[in-house]
Amino acid sequence: MSYMLELINIHKAFNVGTINEKVALNGVSLQLNPGDFVTIIGGNGAGKSTMLNAVAGVWPVDDGKILIDGVDVTRLPEHKRAKYLGRVFQDPMTGTAATMGIDENMAIAARRGQHRTLRWGIARKEREYYCELLKTLDLGLESRMSTKVGLLSGGQRQAITLLMASLQKPKLLLLDEHTAALDPKTAQKVLDISDKIIADHSLTAMMVTHNMKDAIAHGNRLIMMHEGRIIYDVSGEEKKKLKVADLLVKFEEASGSEFANDRMMFA
Amino acid sequence: MILEYFTSLDPAALLRSLPGNVAQGLIWGIMALGVFVTFRLLDFADLTVDGSLATGGAVAVMLIRGGVHPALALVFAFLAGMLAGLVTGLLHTALGIPGILAGILTQIALYSINLGIMGKANQAINVDQYPLVASLRYVTGEMSVRVMFFAGIIIGCLVLIGILYWFFGTELGGAIRTTGCNPNMSRAQGISTNFMKVLALMLSNGLVGLCGGLYAQYQGSADVNMGRGAIVIGLAAVIIGEVLFSKLCSGRSLAFAYTMMAVIIGAIIYYMVIAIVLWLKMPQDYMKLFSAVVVAIFLAIPYLKGKYRRKRRAVPKQ
Repeated sequence: MSYMLELINIHKAFNVGTINEKVALNGVSLQLNPGDFVTIIGGNGAGKSTMLNAVAGVWPVDDGKILIDGVDVTRLPEHKRAKYLGRVFQDPMTGTAATMGIDENMAIAARRGQHRTLRWGIARKEREYYCELLKTLDLGLESRMSTKVGLLSGGQRQAITLLMASLQKPKLLLLDEHTAALDPKTAQKVLDISDKIIADHSLTAMMVTHNMKDAIAHGNRLIMMHEGRIIYDVSGEEKKKLKVADLLVKFEEASGSEFANDRMMFA
Repeated sequence: MILEYFTSLDPAALLRSLPGNVAQGLIWGIMALGVFVTFRLLDFADLTVDGSLATGGAVAVMLIRGGVHPALALVFAFLAGMLAGLVTGLLHTALGIPGILAGILTQIALYSINLGIMGKANQAINVDQYPLVASLRYVTGEMSVRVMFFAGIIIGCLVLIGILYWFFGTELGGAIRTTGCNPNMSRAQGISTNFMKVLALMLSNGLVGLCGGLYAQYQGSADVNMGRGAIVIGLAAVIIGEVLFSKLCSGRSLAFAYTMMAVIIGAIIYYMVIAIVLWLKMPQDYMKLFSAVVVAIFLAIPYLKGKYRRKRRAVPKQ
């Protein structure tokens, strides 16, 4: 059985040759089995989001290989990799087109990985289908299909982005701190929707989070990153038994330093 | 003195100039639609248009002089404009040159190319010799000619709006709108933002070239400088249309088509205002300054409004 995602010794540095040079990924290797839902934690600048961006192809990596379901995508540009990936971003503004309607946004997402032709952008049947899907979110959005997404709240936008990510079943769902900009109640709601979508479509998913409790509560696997490396990788029964305190100890052990990131302590 | 000034103004003269201004506005409205495509839909300030307008005019005039039918010449003016847009698009996407600069480079290069097409700075076509699609003569001519001309150009504009409405409703056109609205999201949804930018620039400059071809016929000549400041006129039309009609347009089922109509009406209003200012005997030399100031003010209004609102919001409620 092939891995759904395989990262082989990924390196990435930014601002090479300047005073701001920063090695963001320093030899990351990772294998995800189909159906894995891995949560990713680590301090600021540990390389969590950078790893997701490397998978998404936002920029080319310096070294290493990226395989999605056995296909080498290392050299594919971002828009060509998109057909394999569903993505939700930290900033709710990033995942949707603000000046376009909810239905239009969904129609754009439904054509991810397909050729954009001169066919009409959204068919009537499609709208009915989207309406049904929006009902499942239970946010009352189904009655506002043509509302401009820019008028919606951050939580509503993230929920729609999640739905959009699953319209074309992705091989891999990338959630990049997608609840960090939301208030705790909304964040919980969006997390619940994420869990549901991942379970319903049996997706393979990666979720970056700053919240250790969330990292433990969700998914079947957890990895911790530090200075561009994966320093801790736990799954199955062992992960289920994890507590926040264990993670703090692990972090100090593996990195050899005090856990100094306030944001991670919030949990 | 003041009385003398006012008595010297002839209302009949203003009225007489009106049909000409409307015609000019309708023709430049096509150009404004091109600017609308890049500036509003793609969020790209494209300065190519100053050059591609003259290119459209030059191509049309030279083809007509060479015996091509004036209507067919417009098709080639459109294609020539598209080619100019392709160059700007490739400079920007394939070679990584910032958008504004890419447009300026193409515009400057087109100056030489336009001279090359025409062989000299100005080439005339006589309406008596060729069956021109548009001409000043039609505006001042017999009633039946006038009606035919205005009906033709208005229907032409509506057909263009219809085509654009259809195109931007398709998957491809939607991808262009998404690219302009949110490039990051577009790429995440598998849209090649570079391809969409090039496509939109080609379409936009095609419209500008078409306008150039039509305007050259209208004024009876193509001039290498005929596009100077065109971007400002285009922006003025877009902004005037938005400011005056945005409330009317939004929320309607065909809002997008209404917005494009508003752009063309914006161009007509622009030429009417210019006519009034000229009628008030403001020196012609200051027209470009006047246009630039008007556009600057209207571009600034939304920004200043937002700033004022933020300040008010920042004051805590009692």
